[in-house]
Amino acid sequence: METVFTPVQSLGGGALIGLSSVLLMWVFGRIMGATGILVGFFSPSSFSDWHWRATVLAGMITAPLVMLAVTGEFPTVDVPISTPMLLVGGVIVGIGVTYGAGCTSGHGVCGMARLSPRSIVATITFMATTALSVYVVRHVIGA
Amino acid sequence: MRTVIAYVIGLLFGLGISISGMANPAKVLNFFDVTGTWDPSLAFVMGGALIVTFFGYRWVLPKPAPILEKSFQVPTNRKLDFKLIGGSAVFGIGWGIAGFCPGGALPVLGTGRIEVVLFTVAMLGGVFASLGMMKLTHKRAQLIDAKRA
Repeated sequence: METVFTPVQSLGGGALIGLSSVLLMWVFGRIMGATGILVGFFSPSSFSDWHWRATVLAGMITAPLVMLAVTGEFPTVDVPISTPMLLVGGVIVGIGVTYGAGCTSGHGVCGMARLSPRSIVATITFMATTALSVYVVRHVIGA
Repeated sequence: MRTVIAYVIGLLFGLGISISGMANPAKVLNFFDVTGTWDPSLAFVMGGALIVTFFGYRWVLPKPAPILEKSFQVPTNRKLDFKLIGGSAVFGIGWGIAGFCPGGALPVLGTGRIEVVLFTVAMLGGVFASLGMMKLTHKRAQLIDAKRA
Protein backbone atom coordinates (compact mmCIF):
# COMPACT_ATOMS: atom_id res chain seq x y z
CA MET A 1 0.00 0.00 0.00
CA GLU A 2 1.52 3.33 -1.14
CA THR A 3 1.46 6.32 1.23
CA VAL A 4 2.11 9.98 0.41
CA PHE A 5 5.40 11.51 1.56
CA THR A 6 4.46 14.25 4.09
CA PRO A 7 7.67 15.99 5.22
CA VAL A 8 5.94 19.15 6.53
CA GLN A 9 3.21 17.43 8.62
CA SER A 10 5.67 14.82 9.85
CA LEU A 11 8.26 17.42 10.90
CA GLY A 12 5.55 19.57 12.53
CA GLY A 13 3.97 16.59 14.30
CA GLY A 14 7.42 15.46 15.42
CA ALA A 15 8.11 18.94 16.83
CA LEU A 16 4.84 18.72 18.84
CA ILE A 17 5.94 15.32 20.23
CA GLY A 18 9.24 17.01 21.18
CA LEU A 19 7.44 19.96 22.78
CA SER A 20 5.28 17.66 24.91
CA SER A 21 8.42 15.73 25.99
CA VAL A 22 10.18 18.93 27.06
CA LEU A 23 7.08 20.20 28.92
CA LEU A 24 6.60 16.91 30.81
CA MET A 25 10.24 17.07 31.96
CA TRP A 26 10.09 20.78 32.80
CA VAL A 27 6.83 20.59 34.79
CA PHE A 28 6.72 17.02 36.18
CA GLY A 29 10.35 15.90 35.77
CA ARG A 30 9.33 12.81 33.82
CA ILE A 31 10.29 11.04 30.61
CA MET A 32 7.60 11.12 27.89
CA GLY A 33 7.70 7.40 27.17
CA ALA A 34 4.44 5.72 26.20
CA THR A 35 5.57 2.39 27.70
CA GLY A 36 6.71 3.87 31.02
CA ILE A 37 3.62 6.04 31.43
CA LEU A 38 1.31 3.13 30.65
CA VAL A 39 3.05 0.58 32.91
CA GLY A 40 3.11 3.11 35.76
CA PHE A 41 -0.58 3.85 35.20
CA PHE A 42 -1.36 0.24 36.15
CA SER A 43 1.15 0.11 39.03
CA PRO A 44 1.47 3.68 40.37
CA SER A 45 3.63 4.48 43.40
CA SER A 46 1.08 6.96 44.82
CA PHE A 47 -2.17 8.70 43.93
CA SER A 48 -0.39 11.77 42.54
CA ASP A 49 1.82 9.43 40.45
CA TRP A 50 -1.31 7.73 39.03
CA HIS A 51 -3.02 11.09 38.55
CA TRP A 52 -0.50 12.69 36.18
CA ARG A 53 -0.23 9.48 34.16
CA ALA A 54 -4.01 9.13 33.84
CA THR A 55 -4.35 12.78 32.83
CA VAL A 56 -1.57 12.64 30.24
CA LEU A 57 -3.15 9.47 28.79
CA ALA A 58 -6.55 11.21 28.70
CA GLY A 59 -4.95 14.09 26.78
CA MET A 60 -3.41 11.66 24.29
CA ILE A 61 -6.63 9.74 23.69
CA THR A 62 -8.76 12.85 23.20
CA ALA A 63 -6.32 14.29 20.63
CA PRO A 64 -8.10 12.67 17.64
CA LEU A 65 -11.40 14.18 18.85
CA VAL A 66 -9.82 17.64 19.08
CA MET A 67 -8.41 17.10 15.59
CA LEU A 68 -11.88 16.08 14.38
CA ALA A 69 -13.40 19.21 15.91
CA VAL A 70 -10.80 21.50 14.32
CA THR A 71 -10.21 19.92 10.90
CA GLY A 72 -13.39 17.88 10.46
CA GLU A 73 -11.32 14.69 10.06
CA PHE A 74 -9.90 11.95 12.27
CA PRO A 75 -6.19 11.20 11.80
CA THR A 76 -5.48 8.70 9.01
CA VAL A 77 -5.15 5.14 10.34
CA ASP A 78 -4.68 2.65 7.50
CA VAL A 79 -4.13 -0.85 8.85
CA PRO A 80 -2.99 -3.14 6.01
CA ILE A 81 -2.56 -5.99 8.52
CA SER A 82 -4.77 -9.00 9.24
CA THR A 83 -6.33 -9.29 12.71
CA PRO A 84 -4.25 -12.35 13.75
CA MET A 85 -1.03 -10.53 12.72
CA LEU A 86 -2.16 -7.43 14.60
CA LEU A 87 -2.72 -9.49 17.77
CA VAL A 88 0.54 -11.44 17.44
CA GLY A 89 2.44 -8.22 16.73
CA GLY A 90 0.76 -6.55 19.71
CA VAL A 91 1.78 -9.28 22.16
CA ILE A 92 5.36 -9.24 20.82
CA VAL A 93 5.51 -5.42 21.13
CA GLY A 94 4.25 -5.67 24.73
CA ILE A 95 6.92 -8.23 25.67
CA GLY A 96 9.68 -6.30 23.89
CA VAL A 97 9.00 -2.88 25.37
CA THR A 98 8.69 -4.33 28.89
CA TYR A 99 12.03 -6.17 28.79
CA GLY A 100 13.66 -3.40 26.73
CA ALA A 101 12.27 -0.80 29.19
CA GLY A 102 11.08 1.58 26.51
CA CYS A 103 9.82 2.17 23.01
CA THR A 104 10.05 4.72 20.21
CA SER A 105 9.06 7.66 22.44
CA GLY A 106 10.99 6.73 25.59
CA HIS A 107 14.22 5.44 24.04
CA GLY A 108 13.95 6.84 20.50
CA VAL A 109 13.10 10.43 21.41
CA CYS A 110 13.69 11.17 25.11
CA GLY A 111 16.63 8.81 25.71
CA MET A 112 18.36 9.69 22.45
CA ALA A 113 17.91 13.41 23.26
CA ARG A 114 19.71 12.80 26.59
CA LEU A 115 22.42 10.92 24.64
CA SER A 116 21.79 7.92 26.94
CA PRO A 117 23.98 5.01 25.76
CA ARG A 118 21.23 2.51 26.67
CA SER A 119 18.65 4.36 24.60
CA ILE A 120 20.99 4.78 21.63
CA VAL A 121 21.72 1.03 21.64
CA ALA A 122 18.01 0.21 22.12
CA THR A 123 16.93 2.50 19.28
CA ILE A 124 19.51 1.18 16.81
CA THR A 125 18.48 -2.37 17.78
CA PHE A 126 14.71 -1.95 17.34
CA MET A 127 15.02 0.14 14.17
CA ALA A 128 17.16 -2.66 12.66
CA THR A 129 14.86 -5.51 13.74
CA THR A 130 11.76 -3.59 12.61
CA ALA A 131 13.27 -3.17 9.14
CA LEU A 132 14.21 -6.85 9.11
CA SER A 133 10.73 -7.86 10.29
CA VAL A 134 9.04 -5.72 7.59
CA TYR A 135 11.36 -7.16 4.95
CA VAL A 136 10.61 -10.73 5.99
CA VAL A 137 6.83 -10.18 6.24
CA ARG A 138 6.54 -8.29 2.93
CA HIS A 139 9.21 -9.73 0.68
CA VAL A 140 10.08 -13.20 2.02
CA ILE A 141 6.69 -14.45 3.27
CA GLY A 142 4.92 -12.00 0.98
CA ALA A 143 1.99 -11.23 3.27
CA MET B 1 -3.55 23.38 37.63
CA ARG B 2 -1.62 20.07 37.64
CA THR B 3 -4.53 18.45 35.85
CA VAL B 4 -4.79 21.11 33.15
CA ILE B 5 -1.05 21.09 32.42
CA ALA B 6 -0.83 17.27 32.33
CA TYR B 7 -3.85 17.14 30.05
CA VAL B 8 -2.38 19.71 27.62
CA ILE B 9 0.94 17.82 27.56
CA GLY B 10 -0.87 14.58 26.67
CA LEU B 11 -2.95 16.42 24.09
CA LEU B 12 0.15 17.90 22.41
CA PHE B 13 1.72 14.44 22.24
CA GLY B 14 -1.47 12.94 20.81
CA LEU B 15 -1.81 15.71 18.23
CA GLY B 16 1.85 15.31 17.25
CA ILE B 17 1.38 11.56 16.79
CA SER B 18 -1.85 12.09 14.83
CA ILE B 19 -0.52 14.82 12.51
CA SER B 20 2.89 13.26 11.92
CA GLY B 21 1.61 9.90 10.63
CA MET B 22 3.05 7.82 13.49
CA ALA B 23 -0.47 6.53 14.19
CA ASN B 24 -0.78 5.22 10.65
CA PRO B 25 0.66 1.68 10.33
CA ALA B 26 0.67 1.84 6.51
CA LYS B 27 2.95 4.89 6.69
CA VAL B 28 5.16 3.58 9.49
CA LEU B 29 5.72 0.23 7.76
CA ASN B 30 6.52 1.98 4.47
CA PHE B 31 9.36 3.84 6.17
CA PHE B 32 11.06 0.51 6.81
CA ASP B 33 10.20 -0.88 3.37
CA VAL B 34 13.10 0.70 1.48
CA THR B 35 13.04 -1.98 -1.20
CA GLY B 36 9.26 -1.62 -1.67
CA THR B 37 6.81 1.27 -1.21
CA TRP B 38 9.26 3.50 0.68
CA ASP B 39 7.94 6.62 2.48
CA PRO B 40 10.71 8.55 4.29
CA SER B 41 8.23 10.63 6.40
CA LEU B 42 9.07 8.84 9.67
CA ALA B 43 12.61 10.24 9.57
CA PHE B 44 11.07 13.74 9.71
CA VAL B 45 8.94 12.77 12.73
CA MET B 46 11.96 11.44 14.61
CA GLY B 47 14.08 14.39 13.43
CA GLY B 48 11.55 17.03 14.52
CA ALA B 49 10.96 15.35 17.88
CA LEU B 50 14.67 14.85 18.55
CA ILE B 51 15.76 18.41 17.69
CA VAL B 52 13.12 19.96 19.96
CA THR B 53 13.73 17.50 22.82
CA PHE B 54 17.54 17.72 22.55
CA PHE B 55 17.62 21.51 22.92
CA GLY B 56 14.65 21.59 25.31
CA TYR B 57 16.29 19.10 27.70
CA ARG B 58 19.53 21.10 27.60
CA TRP B 59 17.55 24.08 28.85
CA VAL B 60 15.38 22.16 31.38
CA LEU B 61 17.67 19.56 32.96
CA PRO B 62 20.26 21.96 34.47
CA LYS B 63 17.46 23.55 36.53
CA PRO B 64 17.43 22.56 40.23
CA ALA B 65 14.00 20.88 39.99
CA PRO B 66 10.90 20.59 37.79
CA ILE B 67 8.12 23.12 38.42
CA LEU B 68 5.61 20.86 40.21
CA GLU B 69 7.83 18.05 41.59
CA LYS B 70 10.84 17.80 43.89
CA SER B 71 13.26 16.24 41.41
CA PHE B 72 13.81 15.04 37.85
CA GLN B 73 13.11 11.29 37.48
CA VAL B 74 15.67 10.38 34.84
CA PRO B 75 16.88 6.76 34.42
CA THR B 76 20.34 6.26 35.93
CA ASN B 77 20.88 2.66 34.78
CA ARG B 78 23.97 2.57 32.49
CA LYS B 79 24.12 -1.21 31.89
CA LEU B 80 24.02 -2.40 28.27
CA ASP B 81 22.66 -5.84 29.11
CA PHE B 82 20.94 -8.67 27.27
CA LYS B 83 17.55 -7.65 28.67
CA LEU B 84 17.79 -4.20 27.03
CA ILE B 85 19.10 -5.42 23.69
CA GLY B 86 16.98 -8.58 23.52
CA GLY B 87 13.85 -6.71 24.57
CA SER B 88 14.44 -3.96 22.01
CA ALA B 89 15.09 -6.54 19.29
CA VAL B 90 11.81 -8.29 20.15
CA PHE B 91 9.94 -4.96 20.18
CA GLY B 92 11.16 -4.25 16.63
CA ILE B 93 9.96 -7.63 15.38
CA GLY B 94 6.49 -6.89 16.76
CA TRP B 95 6.48 -3.31 15.43
CA GLY B 96 7.35 -4.64 11.98
CA ILE B 97 4.45 -7.11 12.13
CA ALA B 98 1.74 -4.84 13.58
CA GLY B 99 2.86 -1.40 12.37
CA PHE B 100 1.88 0.19 15.68
CA CYS B 101 4.28 1.16 18.46
CA PRO B 102 2.85 2.01 21.93
CA GLY B 103 3.06 5.79 21.47
CA GLY B 104 1.60 5.52 17.99
CA ALA B 105 -1.38 3.43 19.05
CA LEU B 106 -2.48 5.00 22.38
CA PRO B 107 -3.64 8.38 21.00
CA VAL B 108 -5.70 6.88 18.18
CA LEU B 109 -7.64 4.76 20.66
CA GLY B 110 -9.66 7.98 20.61
CA THR B 111 -10.83 7.24 17.07
CA GLY B 112 -12.61 4.15 18.42
CA ARG B 113 -11.12 2.03 15.64
CA ILE B 114 -11.37 -1.68 16.48
CA GLU B 115 -7.87 -2.41 15.07
CA VAL B 116 -6.30 0.01 17.55
CA VAL B 117 -8.26 -1.48 20.44
CA LEU B 118 -7.24 -5.04 19.45
CA PHE B 119 -3.58 -4.07 19.15
CA THR B 120 -3.62 -2.26 22.51
CA VAL B 121 -5.30 -5.16 24.34
CA ALA B 122 -2.77 -7.63 22.83
CA MET B 123 0.10 -5.30 23.76
CA LEU B 124 -1.15 -5.00 27.36
CA GLY B 125 -1.33 -8.81 27.46
CA GLY B 126 2.36 -8.93 26.48
CA VAL B 127 3.25 -6.25 29.04
CA PHE B 128 1.51 -7.99 31.96
CA ALA B 129 2.80 -11.46 30.99
CA SER B 130 6.35 -10.02 30.95
CA LEU B 131 5.94 -8.18 34.25
CA GLY B 132 4.67 -11.44 35.83
CA MET B 133 7.57 -13.38 34.32
CA MET B 134 10.09 -10.80 35.55
CA LYS B 135 8.66 -11.04 39.08
CA LEU B 136 8.92 -14.87 38.99
CA THR B 137 12.51 -14.91 37.75
CA HIS B 138 13.39 -12.26 40.32
CA LYS B 139 11.88 -14.37 43.14
CA ARG B 140 13.68 -17.50 41.90
CA ALA B 141 16.98 -15.64 41.82
CA GLN B 142 16.38 -14.48 45.40
CA LEU B 143 15.59 -18.06 46.51
CA ILE B 144 18.76 -19.40 44.90
CA ASP B 145 20.75 -16.61 46.56
CA ALA B 146 19.11 -17.42 49.91
CA LYS B 147 20.04 -21.14 49.59
CA ARG B 148 23.64 -20.25 48.82
CA ALA B 149 23.90 -17.90 51.79
